[in-house]
Amino acid sequence: MNRRENIKLLLAGSLGTGLLWTGCSPEQKELADTPVIGKGGKYNRTAEELEILERLKSQTFFLEEEKKKVEILVDIIMPADEVSGSATEAGVPDFIEFMMKDAPAYQTRMRGGLMWLDHESDERFGKNFVDLSEKERMAIIDDIAFPDTAKPELRNGVLFFNLMRDLTTCGFYTSEMGFKDLGYKGNQANVWNGVPDEVMQKHGFTLDQKYTALYLKPEERGKTAEWDEQGNLIG
Amino acid sequence: MSIEIKASQEAYDVIIVGSGAGGGMASKVLSEAGLSVAVLEAGGDFDPAKEEDRMQLRWPWESPRRGAGTRIRPFGDFDAAIGGWDIEGEPYTRGEGTKFEWFRSRMVGGRTNHWGRISLRFGPNDFKRKDIDGLGDNWPIGYDDLKPYYDRVDKLIGVFGSKEGMYNEPDGFFLPPPKPRLHEHFIKKGADKVKVPMIPSRLSILTRPINNERGVCFFCNQCNRGCQAYADFSSGTCLVKPAMQKGKVELYTHAMVRKVTTNDQGEATGVSYVSKVDMKEYKLKARVVVLGASACESARIMLNSTSKTHPNGVGNSSGMVGRYVHDSTGADRMAIIPDLMGRERYNEDGVGGMHVYTPWWLDNQKLDFARGYHIEYWGGMSMPGYGFGFGMDTLRKYIKDEFGNPSPNGGYGEGLKKDIRQYYGSMVGMSGRGESIPQYNNYCEIDPNTVDKYGIPVLKFHYQWTDHEIKQAKHMQDTFEEILTNAGGILMGNKPGPETNYGLAAPGLIIHEVGTTRMGNDPKTSALNSNCQAHDCKNLFVVDGGPFVSQADKNPTWTILALSWRTSDFIVSELKKKNI
Repeated sequence: MNRRENIKLLLAGSLGTGLLWTGCSPEQKELADTPVIGKGGKYNRTAEELEILERLKSQTFFLEEEKKKVEILVDIIMPADEVSGSATEAGVPDFIEFMMKDAPAYQTRMRGGLMWLDHESDERFGKNFVDLSEKERMAIIDDIAFPDTAKPELRNGVLFFNLMRDLTTCGFYTSEMGFKDLGYKGNQANVWNGVPDEVMQKHGFTLDQKYTALYLKPEERGKTAEWDEQGNLIG
Repeated sequence: MSIEIKASQEAYDVIIVGSGAGGGMASKVLSEAGLSVAVLEAGGDFDPAKEEDRMQLRWPWESPRRGAGTRIRPFGDFDAAIGGWDIEGEPYTRGEGTKFEWFRSRMVGGRTNHWGRISLRFGPNDFKRKDIDGLGDNWPIGYDDLKPYYDRVDKLIGVFGSKEGMYNEPDGFFLPPPKPRLHEHFIKKGADKVKVPMIPSRLSILTRPINNERGVCFFCNQCNRGCQAYADFSSGTCLVKPAMQKGKVELYTHAMVRKVTTNDQGEATGVSYVSKVDMKEYKLKARVVVLGASACESARIMLNSTSKTHPNGVGNSSGMVGRYVHDSTGADRMAIIPDLMGRERYNEDGVGGMHVYTPWWLDNQKLDFARGYHIEYWGGMSMPGYGFGFGMDTLRKYIKDEFGNPSPNGGYGEGLKKDIRQYYGSMVGMSGRGESIPQYNNYCEIDPNTVDKYGIPVLKFHYQWTDHEIKQAKHMQDTFEEILTNAGGILMGNKPGPETNYGLAAPGLIIHEVGTTRMGNDPKTSALNSNCQAHDCKNLFVVDGGPFVSQADKNPTWTILALSWRTSDFIVSELKKKNI
């Protein structure tokens, strides 16, 4: 059995990601290498990697109090809007929890920042951060969320909020909800045939005439390549 | 199919150490000649077509770290290459003031599981640089010696590109290239204005089939995750496995080679290796030993192969083994292109690399540095992964609303979400990769004070860039700014200056290190002859980047493949003539 037949057979019994056909006439129709999306498995993890994963999953970084603060902060940074849900709905706190263990260099900045937040809340309002009213809470956040205009004495708060913003934005936009929000269209089998015409026109681009005859033609994608002696594709 | 352990005294015709580009090609050519072959690989087996090992077409949320790099996979959680810069129990050391980094992949296919698939032939000038600028040394062979092998590699493995007729960028047998992406059109606009050429890239990715054994690209932009359809080149899928199916090839995985064994006449008799599975040492015998363990690892094995006849290590009577190690230069720059903000969404993944690139285009006689560089481009609506959205504390001011008002840096909330949607796909970048001048004083040697966990003495690196590389990096930065600015881009960060050697990457980081067992006609100044045969051990050959006299402003893989094929042909011929 050759490789291409193998792929066809595998596909027959699986949930393919949409069939790709090449060749125009019906008798030419041929399935060209649409990958199989199965259940996966250990996806090439080494024993060492599996051990690290088990260890990290068995540990807990955030204390209950810290977790509450993180949940409030991530939803301030990425709230629900008309396009998508909130950071907590997208599972961002779990991602941040994992990253604290996976990249321990984050830990002190995170823990110290959360402590600083309670200290600042207490100084200003005599309460912990989670017990503040929304107005009180946002008074602190507004003072640390804009690095270019924040007061120099709040620099530590700014750096902490930068870290929370990075991890929250990343966590949100690398989630399934974030992908829908962005309208990401890739990560699936397709045949690239250049930038859509209307987009080319909008930006005033045309294809370089020198190469138009040379570029891959989707309808020829299934044809085995052959060359003449000068290296020109034939057939 | 793979044999995990074998405490055998069985003899092979050939032992090949390493299953990357060089070892893989040797395994194919030598087994097709009817020879019995043992391939020893220091890592495990890997086949990207196996569903349980599939990383292709996974979503970031399938990784708890959203694809972030780890010590074992520094290029990301879904990257196929296992190993990295810092392998547990396999250290290397550095001399004072050296910043060398060494990337290794411990698995079938070696570092071809990671690379960018950029497949450039060296040109006629690249073999004769000393004739042109008086620096370094010429290769003992020229382009004409390798051309037939480049031709065969093109047809066997497949590479897309365009015939350009440029003297030092030789054309080959190309598959159709893909059309450019939108950000590549923008960069081309900038490059055109400053007269920097950009042509279709040359990547070993099958845009059309070349045989019935491998599939064609389905444009997921994930070659680095391993291809289920075998539509790109990696040594495991394209060379080692076919060789095992057709010929007498046995694969020893988790086999860490300590040394080449030799007899009283100084000829190689086989290898001694440590099995990582049971931590025992085994010996294998063969008529010929071929090292393809990577330039530095092969040098390490040779330096560790000391005996009465080879007191400085086998192949090292010249003292050249380890000398002249050199990597490509590298520097990078990024920009935001405001015209790319708020883009129409469509699938822009394309192949697993850039669709256009810039080959070296200037005359060094008119410049203050000796050698050239090529430029790689990246950007566009690629799949968000770990790191996406970072840096809004400095980048957000470049994002404008529909009335043209810039956002404040930092911030939060619905406005931030809106800005991320605007910003997605507007970042572009470019990377220069250039030729350095090989130096006798840049070298790796055996560190007498350190062994790895298998008890094998490790390498110690000594490496300094020269003014040529630093001035070249400065030129790269100037070029990057010109192109990006003319493309309508806003440059990110400050332009790297002399305090950072103009952003010149530490040696090793570009992962093109070669030259440690260089070839030459003079046994006093080279380790190998022009057939990659050790001057002082006629049945020992090297087929990785070690034999390179100079690493051109190209990527080394296509030349490793062509050279390994040529060396393998020579081995077959010498065995037939009973010369070895």
